[in-house]
Amino acid sequence: MDLSKSTFWGYKRENGRIGVRNHVIILPVDDLSNAAAEAVANNIKGTLAIPHPYGRLQFGADLDLHFATLIGTGCNPNVAAVVVICIEDGWAKKVAEAIAATGKPVAYYGIEQHGDHDTIMRASKKAKEFVQWASELRREERPLKDLWVSTKCGESDTTSGCGANPTVGNAFDKLYPHKVTLAFGETTELTGGEHLVAARCATDEVRKKFQFMFDRYQAIIDKHKTSDLSDSQPTKGNIAGGLTTIEEKALGNIQKIGRLCKVDGVLDKHERPTGPGLWFIDSSSAAAEMVTLCAAAGYTVHFFPTGQGNVIGNPILPAIKICANPRTVRTMSEHVDVDVSGLLRREMTPDQAGDKLLECMFRTANGRLTAAEALGHREFVLTRLYESA
Amino acid sequence: MIHFVVHEEGDGVGVVVVEGVKKGQELTGWIMEDDKEIKIQAKSDIPIGHKIALKDYKPGDTVIKYGIDIGKIVAPIARGEHTHVQNLKTKRW
Repeated sequence: MDLSKSTFWGYKRENGRIGVRNHVIILPVDDLSNAAAEAVANNIKGTLAIPHPYGRLQFGADLDLHFATLIGTGCNPNVAAVVVICIEDGWAKKVAEAIAATGKPVAYYGIEQHGDHDTIMRASKKAKEFVQWASELRREERPLKDLWVSTKCGESDTTSGCGANPTVGNAFDKLYPHKVTLAFGETTELTGGEHLVAARCATDEVRKKFQFMFDRYQAIIDKHKTSDLSDSQPTKGNIAGGLTTIEEKALGNIQKIGRLCKVDGVLDKHERPTGPGLWFIDSSSAAAEMVTLCAAAGYTVHFFPTGQGNVIGNPILPAIKICANPRTVRTMSEHVDVDVSGLLRREMTPDQAGDKLLECMFRTANGRLTAAEALGHREFVLTRLYESA
Repeated sequence: MIHFVVHEEGDGVGVVVVEGVKKGQELTGWIMEDDKEIKIQAKSDIPIGHKIALKDYKPGDTVIKYGIDIGKIVAPIARGEHTHVQNLKTKRW
């Protein structure tokens, strides 16, 4: 597929970033504000509440990551406008002001001294304004380089490593020369193939940072493990699908970064890409945690290869499901956007599979709902670094 | 018809990509990187996605897939048998 003149239709945001969705989100800062946020989203059609269980008594780096993830979600160009709700004003204001730096409309509300009813009423009035304003925004034609594409696989099996993940790798290799901003992560799930990723790092400085992130995560595993992580990593689902060891899983995982892309930069969980190229995001391999971090980092389309059939989605980041397992394609077809099972029957080449994914990527970017979006999958999971105070 | 795939020449295991492989069945494999076909007889029932040994293994041996070490053998395996958690373990963690 010649991508040199390829374009997509997206929403240009105030800060110049291009979104492919036009969500007005109701964002609770803490668990206590979920009820009000969901009530507002229920009142005002076309808005989307993003409830989650955290935000109280966190401190230090864990609290910083909590804020960075919420703020990053609000800043994502797939979001047109944001209503922030918190139990009190101070942190609502902190999150809202950071999102407002993008130039997009943001309002915030604290529940204390008002109660849920008054907060829901005031926030609903503002949310109605926002959603009617957003509904008149129009897509414009944009060059491919304005797209940010992340990847993470889930419920992998051996067909992931020989079918779905190489399909993503083929697509990444085709996107990379066109200055698309790309990302992968899943730090522990590189175990056994970390040397391959290190060898792909563009500079010694990037390699050093990658190795630091990898070793830091291994130290956490070593500190807390009570076994060889059998049944956790690989998961029960992975094992049912035929994956036996973390090394085997990792080598399949790494197929997602193709063969040509260099790893241009390494990001900690709260950091953001500063230019095009392939970025490694230090992250959990748990699907919703990693995809939530990708959304917070500003990615606008996600490639999600699966073997056994992970049904995950994200509230604001469309996740395209790619599958090469013929049984999963047959039994879970409603979850699959791109069927590449022909690869394993020798009926399709990796090049054709990559093109099929890219074609779906453009349709998704232009507005087609993914299977996960149509099915209402909105898993939003904040990464925690340690216990609350 | 392709019953199993092998990533590259030299790998010691293949991946069954069809449902219902039975003990005794003659299988055709496709070495993807080298675009070659190989034949092997299954010596176990092997579910889709699970691995078939392409050689005999003894405990302590290393299994190669993708041209790279994926773990160590902890119970003997004969060529054509099911290779999974009962006979292959990680060398990490």
